Amino acid sequence: MMQGLVIGLGNPDRGDDGVGRVVAQNLRRMAPAGIAVREHDGEASGLIALLPAELPVVIIDAARAGGTAGRIHRFDAGAGPLPAELGAWSSHGLGLAQAIELARVLGRLPRCCIVFAVEGASFALAAGLSPAVAAAAQALPAQILAELAALAAPGAPERGNGP
Amino acid sequence: MADRTIKVAQLARVEGEGALKITIRDGAVKQAELNIFEPPRFFEAFLRGRAFTEPPDICARICGICPVAYQMSAVHALEAALGVTVDGPLRALRRLIYCGEWIESHGLHVYMLHAPDFLGYQGAIELARDHADIVQRGLDMKKAGNAIVALVGGREVHPVNIKVGGFYRAPRRRELQGLVDQLERGRDAALATVRWVAGFDFPDCERDYEFVALRHPAEYPFNEGRLVSSRGLDLAIADYPQHFQELHVAHSTALHSQRAGGGHYFLGPMARYSLNFDRLPALAQDAAKAAGLGPVCRNPYRSIVVRAVELVFAFDEALRLIADYVEPDQPAVPCEPRAGTGHGATEAPRGMLYHRYRLAADGTIEDAVIIPPTSQNQPTIEDDLKSFIGGWLDMSDEALRWRCEQTVRNYDPCISCATHYLRLDIDRA
Repeated sequence: MMQGLVIGLGNPDRGDDGVGRVVAQNLRRMAPAGIAVREHDGEASGLIALLPAELPVVIIDAARAGGTAGRIHRFDAGAGPLPAELGAWSSHGLGLAQAIELARVLGRLPRCCIVFAVEGASFALAAGLSPAVAAAAQALPAQILAELAALAAPGAPERGNGP
Repeated sequence: MADRTIKVAQLARVEGEGALKITIRDGAVKQAELNIFEPPRFFEAFLRGRAFTEPPDICARICGICPVAYQMSAVHALEAALGVTVDGPLRALRRLIYCGEWIESHGLHVYMLHAPDFLGYQGAIELARDHADIVQRGLDMKKAGNAIVALVGGREVHPVNIKVGGFYRAPRRRELQGLVDQLERGRDAALATVRWVAGFDFPDCERDYEFVALRHPAEYPFNEGRLVSSRGLDLAIADYPQHFQELHVAHSTALHSQRAGGGHYFLGPMARYSLNFDRLPALAQDAAKAAGLGPVCRNPYRSIVVRAVELVFAFDEALRLIADYVEPDQPAVPCEPRAGTGHGATEAPRGMLYHRYRLAADGTIEDAVIIPPTSQNQPTIEDDLKSFIGGWLDMSDEALRWRCEQTVRNYDPCISCATHYLRLDIDRA
């Protein structure tokens, strides 16, 4: 059975910064039993407290890369640190990259931790999602479920906390 | 030495968005300008024309770190306009949820943002590599604060259970009792935190601040009291506009505050502590004394010790409130609309947060004013930087940059709903 936790991060009042939470909301409507979905503001210690001990976790956050709005980046955070620049993209105090590294140092990071970062265009107050980012928020849930299904398949990588 | 330029792209471990520019000319600090983004200004406009029932939910969204403070100042101001008094168990629940927010905010700042400065670490990750148990202690304390906010406020982030007149739902006594073990462990951890931070090395930098904080006849202040200062101010919250004024300054999008007629002032843990030491429970007073703090603290680098003492208070007060809790008959006092103006000031983790609302007869908000503690403290932060940096000009660029960052972190500036870090420019031209 497919199992996992999906966490959408962001500030819903700051335009594309809220894309992670919209992805979580979209995914919640289609997630099968066994897939838990949470939304969070991204504050590092609160995010670490959410991380499961055993289940695969997928985290979605906004990114500000100066590239193409709506472009989706995938990172295997269980295998290694996020790119350094992601810390600067993230919007939540210590940042997602720092939260993941702190969890890793404390032995709290699940072995399987996938991060999707969606490039945003506008982070203005009450702006809502820009069209390209809203389109990414529609497309990403299916990609996440496919990822979790692959992890549940026979021969998938071992779960549990990293070293 | 007199003419150098230092550019720093980001100031880490200060939450939010803004810029710090230090201008040095002829070997002396000419200017220190802190520019922060100030979300409340947007929300003031957003609130106009809305019903008096809406600010608690809307104001919670101003800040991800201190939503309860925004909610508390809003409901007190609106209840003042409506002529409503909230007391008994509902008042106690408001103090309890404020304890949770102080624990969350101070726990985060002490362990994740500020302590690494004193121990020579780049940040909390590097601190955790050598002292995982200490960082875990900080995370556990913050989790206890989250548990209070989640139970009383309905959820951890942007609580939804707070309304004008009280709460949508009052927790059952047995629900609160379920927090006791976690909070008792937290209180022990807070005492250990005071002992830990008391051993740090602090620069010898004392400033002659005018402290401003609430003062209550019997309690360490959260929601109520008179506005007092270390230079004799003593006034009702409703008199705030006559004694404080906001000014536009060219370098900042945030309004600066000063005393009417001039003079900067300082809010926050050091002000609260120095004006209310005698209102702390004996446990917190004793911890402070053992840590070498007197009844007044004027060294901003020692603010980390004051925050740790306030952590002891917040855990102790939460346990007292839970022990004394009696379930209320109703979760809220009825509130009927009427025309009027109300003022509210409560003690956010970073200092006094002022709200004012003018209501029409049908309860529609005609005007809203929200003055957060960080913008009130901005001139004092700039004064301190200007004063301190003058003594550090012989430092290397890297050391000076680091010391500037540490100095800004002393004040725990709350600009956390913004999207990027503070940029720091040191211009020695």
